[in-house]
Amino acid sequence: MTESTMKAPKKALRPVKWMRENLFSGWFNTVLTLGVAYLLVTSVGPLLNWFFLDANFVGSDASDCTGAGACWLFISQRLNFFIYGFYPDELQWRVDVMFLLLAVAFVPQFIERFPGRKWLGLFGIFGLPVVGYFLIPGGAFGLEEVQSSKWGGLMLTLILAYIGIIASLPIGILLALGRRSEMPIIRGICVIFIEVWRAVPLITVLFMASVMLPLFLPEGVNFEKLARALIGITLWQSAYMAEVIRGGLQAIPRGQYEAADALGLGYWRKVGLVILPQALKMVIPGIVNTFISLFKDTTLVLIIGLFDILGTVQSTVTDPAWQNVAIEGYVFVAFCFWIFCFGISRYSQNLERKLDTGHKT
Amino acid sequence: MGNSMTDQTQTSEMQTPPRDQSDQKPGIIRVEGMHKWYGDFHVLRDLNLTVDQGERIVICGPSGSGKSTFIRCINRLEEHQQGKIIVDDVELTDDVRQIDTVRREVGMVFQHFNLFPHLTVLENCCLSPIWVRKTPRKEAEATAMEYLERVKIPDQANKFPGQLSGGQQQRVAIARALCMKPKIMLFDEPTSALDPEMIKEVLDVMIELAGSGMTMLCVTHEMGFAKTVADRVIFMDGGEIVEEAPPHDFFTNPQEARTQKFLKQILAH
Repeated sequence: MTESTMKAPKKALRPVKWMRENLFSGWFNTVLTLGVAYLLVTSVGPLLNWFFLDANFVGSDASDCTGAGACWLFISQRLNFFIYGFYPDELQWRVDVMFLLLAVAFVPQFIERFPGRKWLGLFGIFGLPVVGYFLIPGGAFGLEEVQSSKWGGLMLTLILAYIGIIASLPIGILLALGRRSEMPIIRGICVIFIEVWRAVPLITVLFMASVMLPLFLPEGVNFEKLARALIGITLWQSAYMAEVIRGGLQAIPRGQYEAADALGLGYWRKVGLVILPQALKMVIPGIVNTFISLFKDTTLVLIIGLFDILGTVQSTVTDPAWQNVAIEGYVFVAFCFWIFCFGISRYSQNLERKLDTGHKT
Repeated sequence: MGNSMTDQTQTSEMQTPPRDQSDQKPGIIRVEGMHKWYGDFHVLRDLNLTVDQGERIVICGPSGSGKSTFIRCINRLEEHQQGKIIVDDVELTDDVRQIDTVRREVGMVFQHFNLFPHLTVLENCCLSPIWVRKTPRKEAEATAMEYLERVKIPDQANKFPGQLSGGQQQRVAIARALCMKPKIMLFDEPTSALDPEMIKEVLDVMIELAGSGMTMLCVTHEMGFAKTVADRVIFMDGGEIVEEAPPHDFFTNPQEARTQKFLKQILAH
């Protein structure tokens, strides 16, 4: 056999040999292996029992939860509250329409060859907030008005996270560009904005938004509490976003700026066509990280009396009609958050792969 | 920087068409008493240069002599602090619109190519014509393909820069600059970052371009190229123009001691 036709030797290990090499290669590893096996056997069984085998799925109230396992009944009975908050039952179709549109816009993003995927995504980013702006509060087009104080649950969580995410990205981009501007006034304003907002805990921002902001506003001008919280979250988040994006801007070699200048592109085309596409691609992991942490931070609105999904569950587990259902409630909340955050994370990995032209200058 | 490279360029000498002397515009670039400082460091001292349309100028000199800085001033990648630079009747000042006017007419090729890695070769070439010149996409792509053919890589049009060799990337960079149909081309050490076997393919493209009547300013160490195409060779040292002569005189009869020393160093081995 000549050198050029030789293949790398295949690793063909039988299970027994593999185990001996990897799990029982010495007395210490053997002890570890046995210990871990014992832990798995003793914990997986009870967990399975609690989650599924001994769990209660059917019935109508707490008295039907007779098994030793989880009382999922609690979740299914109060699901409506967890999803819509106090949104009136007969108007919940409006929220459902928004859920449906959200799914239509973003689920296809995971399917490589879905026709018109790009347009659906653009609709999701630009169209959805407009539709939601009219549909959810109502008050126009003959839709009955629903005060924002009645919104709650998963719906409120999604509204907070969604608006926070899509508004903070462009503001963050502008702040990052401003911080690198050659104009001292613009740079100064951006630096102060970023450093002030970033140095304040979100809880403080929310308290200020709900308690202090009204004091500063002229008489007669008043935002709803939700709007104030949204503004606070967005500005706070954009300061973080700005720093993530600035990292990307700084990683772009100077030659890219110079080449764009030499072609006469001018500032905005240089930034929009040459610099940002590369910089944003580079910091996708950082951006997504910020998105995910914002998504979870929205639970803090609890402290200013807005009932997001955690808030609704929290208020229900203390309901005397249901005893000892706190664990089920929190597991449910964790699961909801995990679904969305994992989705965001998968999508970003998808995006990174797709945008990778694999080669830097 | 030795004889081997000189030989490479001379093989192409026969293909060089003579310079078209007809519709020449005098003084398309005028540099008058130009100074530049980096902080306290005086990098460029009292530079004066007039380049006519269609002229091909080679600028050489030891490293740190300010030659790159000088040609980067001509499209305002660097700012000068004193004196005047007038390109195609537009003076370079702080006025951004005037700078962009000049940059549209001046193409530049960099040592490290500086292609946009997120765009294909064709997109690199079409970007500025489409967005700055407002050329329709179809037309811009047709022009780009023409220039890619001229630099002999039309078959790479849909690849990304990272998939090309250094020589190919530099030829794309030349095509990209030409797609703006510039009146002047600046070359900032276009072959210095290339592997030796790729230098010739880039120089050939530049020689072909020189024959087409393009006004060219080229910072390079390729003395063969200078002999082949330059109308004038400028020698810079310590931020000054030390000597300026047609290539024959420059290489056979340098006047200044510093020029003689420099030529001796780069041609000796």
